[in-house]
Amino acid sequence: MNAIYILCLRQLKRYIRSPARIIGSLGQPILFLIALGFGFKAMFAKAGGGDYINFLSPGIISMAILFNAVFSGIEIIWDRQFGFLKETLVAPVSRLEIVLGRTLGGAIVAMAQGTVVFVICVIAGFRIANPRLVPVAIVFMFLIALLFTSIGTVFGSVLQDMQGFPLIINFLVMPLFFFSGAIFSASGLPKALQFALRLNPLSYGVDGLRGSLSNVFVFNMATDFVVLTILTAILLGVGSYFFSKIQL
Amino acid sequence: MGEMIVVQDLVKNYGDFCAVNHIAFTVPEGKIFGFLGPNGAGKTTTIKMLTTVLDPTSGSIRVNGHDPTREQRAVRRSFGIVFQDPSLDDELTAQENMDLHGILYGVPRAERLKRIDMLVDFVGLADRKNDFVKQYSGGMKRRLEVARALLHKPRILFLDEPTIGLDPQTRNHIWGYIQQLSKEENVTVFFTTHYMEEADRVADDVAVIDHGKIVAEGTPAELKAKTNAATLEDAFIALTGHAIREEEATSADRMRMMGKVWRGAGRR
Repeated sequence: MNAIYILCLRQLKRYIRSPARIIGSLGQPILFLIALGFGFKAMFAKAGGGDYINFLSPGIISMAILFNAVFSGIEIIWDRQFGFLKETLVAPVSRLEIVLGRTLGGAIVAMAQGTVVFVICVIAGFRIANPRLVPVAIVFMFLIALLFTSIGTVFGSVLQDMQGFPLIINFLVMPLFFFSGAIFSASGLPKALQFALRLNPLSYGVDGLRGSLSNVFVFNMATDFVVLTILTAILLGVGSYFFSKIQL
Repeated sequence: MGEMIVVQDLVKNYGDFCAVNHIAFTVPEGKIFGFLGPNGAGKTTTIKMLTTVLDPTSGSIRVNGHDPTREQRAVRRSFGIVFQDPSLDDELTAQENMDLHGILYGVPRAERLKRIDMLVDFVGLADRKNDFVKQYSGGMKRRLEVARALLHKPRILFLDEPTIGLDPQTRNHIWGYIQQLSKEENVTVFFTTHYMEEADRVADDVAVIDHGKIVAEGTPAELKAKTNAATLEDAFIALTGHAIREEEATSADRMRMMGKVWRGAGRR
């Protein structure tokens, strides 16, 4: 238990001490929010979709969490290269405790970034439809964070160096974001895209978040919650398995 | 006096390449044991297997009476290690690095704080313990790693080229307290080094490994007598030949290079 706590705390300390990372990773979501949010606002309203900022904001919050979570998981590679990973691997604690501590810490960091983006969205004009459901939204934010930190952990455990990192961003993280319904509605899409959307775990996170904050659902809250919880449990297991197989 | 490390018929293959080829040796409790060999001879691979982070292909190992492949926790509790490459978290302070180690090893809080104070003082870092490790020089990092390895009172200390890149003052300093530790607390020390005069001075016993095989074993004096050499360095050359070994740069080396470029650029 103590090992989980201290490794989690380490992630948080590193996050708080790195303002460059905090500000740097806000750039992309803010860009998307302003460029898409204000760029398509008039068109979206004319098409009868309502306020685009209200539609887009949950997607942008999900995006911030997605990127930070995957990055947190992949940090294992840096720790491997800069040596600290060895220090934890020779300690008399189980690999499961180490991976849980790291993943939990990474997920909280991603949550924190998501919360900052949330506040920025509100400043940009995002109006929450039902404030009583904010705690539900926070649960969805946490599930997204935990799920994608676990996916990052899988890649961080399998890859030996950062060479494969752009591959993951461009062929996994970006498609996950674009085909999640974060920036456009799932209704009226071509069949193939709709199918891709259904296969994408992030779609359920975006849907849960948008449902609780803006009251617009593609699936429904129960489906979103169950799918995310099951996937998170599975990927946490897969991540722990690959982490336990690391040899130096 | 018991045997702290017993290795029998140990083999490690990477595909077709045999990194460690049927080696055997024992290290008695309280002794300082030097494990010498040219680059790529199999020293670090052997240490990895002894310290539970790499599974052997075959053979048996006992560390403090336990098997590193099956009783990992018991083995891990028995030793402290200073790795060949740095293994501190640069973004934490020295105190935080020590504290994290103590918590991972289950050292109770009161004892942990007491021992941290004592050990940072022991390695001469008391007044710098609240500084971030990224502000430390190479020598200071090494001393901190030695202090950290001792925090949980290990029975065995593994040192993989602990003095590489250090000035003579720091080297002397580090060996000074390792010898003191071995004498006063009966800690067994297993080290590798490329500095033969160091091995000659501090090791009770040495083994020379080359191409994955142990080619000679004994006290430094015995090795010198056997090869008719004046110094251990001459004996080493006589045993392992003049050919210069090549070691491939690992991905870790390349990454470290990249990290230096990045961080250097940020600071300047």
